Amino acid sequence: MNREDFPMLKQDIIYFDNGATTFKPKCVIDAMSEYYSNYCANAHRGDYEISYKVDLAYESARKKVADFINASRDEIVFTSGATESLNMIANGFFAPILEPGDEVLITLSEHASNVLPWFKLAKTNGIIVNYIELDSNLHVSMANLKKAITPHTRVISLAGLTNVVGDIRPLKEICEFAHSNNIFVVVDGAQSVAHTKTDVKAMDCDFLAFSAHKMCGPTGVGVLYGKSELLESIVPTNLGGGMNESFDSIEEVYLKDIPTRLEAGTPNIAGVIGLGAAVDYLSNIGMNEIELCLIKLKKYLVEKLVTIPHIKIINEECESGIVAFNVDGIFAQDVAYYLNKYHICVRAGNHCAKMLKNAIGVKNTVRISLYFYNTEKEIDKLVELLQDKNKILNEMI
Amino acid sequence: MDANEKRKVILENYSHPYNMGIAETDGYIKTNSNNVSCIDNIDLYVKIENDIIKDVRFTGEACAVAISSTSIMLKEIIGKSIDDVLAYTSQFKNMVDDEPYDSNILNNANVFDSVVRTGNRKVCAYLPYNALLEAIDIYKGVDLKEKKG
Repeated sequence: MNREDFPMLKQDIIYFDNGATTFKPKCVIDAMSEYYSNYCANAHRGDYEISYKVDLAYESARKKVADFINASRDEIVFTSGATESLNMIANGFFAPILEPGDEVLITLSEHASNVLPWFKLAKTNGIIVNYIELDSNLHVSMANLKKAITPHTRVISLAGLTNVVGDIRPLKEICEFAHSNNIFVVVDGAQSVAHTKTDVKAMDCDFLAFSAHKMCGPTGVGVLYGKSELLESIVPTNLGGGMNESFDSIEEVYLKDIPTRLEAGTPNIAGVIGLGAAVDYLSNIGMNEIELCLIKLKKYLVEKLVTIPHIKIINEECESGIVAFNVDGIFAQDVAYYLNKYHICVRAGNHCAKMLKNAIGVKNTVRISLYFYNTEKEIDKLVELLQDKNKILNEMI
Repeated sequence: MDANEKRKVILENYSHPYNMGIAETDGYIKTNSNNVSCIDNIDLYVKIENDIIKDVRFTGEACAVAISSTSIMLKEIIGKSIDDVLAYTSQFKNMVDDEPYDSNILNNANVFDSVVRTGNRKVCAYLPYNALLEAIDIYKGVDLKEKKG
């Protein structure tokens, strides 16, 4: 649906790599272009008209994002993306409070950005990174989560929706259980925020990280959400312009309140404005509508793929727009190159979830990640091309 | 050779790669080449005596282009001197980088001349050459030490 809104879809391509990044609707591109063309000034000045307009647009985007995930305005920090947000959470909030022997729980299907910041703390702070065992369909069950918790567990850090398996985590239940055991919950929302309605208050997570570009917004901008009292405690890793109130000497440095304190330097103004436009756009369609559309498209795709004997789907059961599979005897990358000849864009590889191979026994997969502008007709074309294994073998070079 | 024939040679070398697998590694220099973005991963075992490539074998998991390129490289270099192999390798590099090159030297490796223009395939085609050059460096290093001794 809404295909006419996306300039990229005017090209003769079928885009199934939405888990990597989504296309941008014209309204997002226009909002950014409008900033650069008509009121290009810095933020946080406000001494002249166009600069004042920038402040309004920038802070209005913050309000839009806050409303989109049911947070307060001062709980939204703009970052360069989910990766930076997760690093700020690990380094700015947890590094000062975790002690050697404290445990952080993740899983083998986490994206690198929700693994490596914790690995770093294991090296520098002596924390222990442990794994919640995945069940047979690669999902996280409450039973396995409870089994993994020890008296030393301080943090559970999970993707809301994983980028290869596409499973949706029971975050509300996880937060409730974690908090009753004094454990913090960090949510990597890079995939989930784009795919389903996010309500941080109902979920009650402590932190949430996500990127604009995976939800119809521009690249280079993302969000760090944290409960106000927790954001207060984040030690700024970047210091400089925009985030200080005043300074006279080493001893006399006064910083601004959150969230501005955590946004040093000139921010990605056009990006933030673009994100605000993306949030408006998605809200107009409706996140529930988007989720239903993705589940329907995924179901349609899986029903067709399971009839092809040489295709093995890794994640048949998940209720999201992600399908990871392999063609028997053909390297995933060769399948991707074959499909590329027919202008079909898919991703092959480990998709930055490099430990997942230990859980599924497969290093490489072809990943189809759908978004609401994909169609059943596009899926038919893909399935038709995958039907004949000899055709793939003959044409993959 | 037309595009179809080139594809046939590539696929034949992928389906039946030359010297894949190794039973006895004694006397071989082992090097690895991998492409982290797509999990191409090849171990090369190179036996060099008196500056001659006596034997090369390989193991690993990789895409059709990387496997096929390794197979063809092995057929081209076994029995040749290090100098000849370095000359051949530099011409292959020029081909993948779209620089002028001498196609006469490349022989069967010319089959990759159009494949390397698509997407990231040049990285796949060049994958075994990284491992080969490293093995030659190691051989030269050992040789230097012996000379010093």
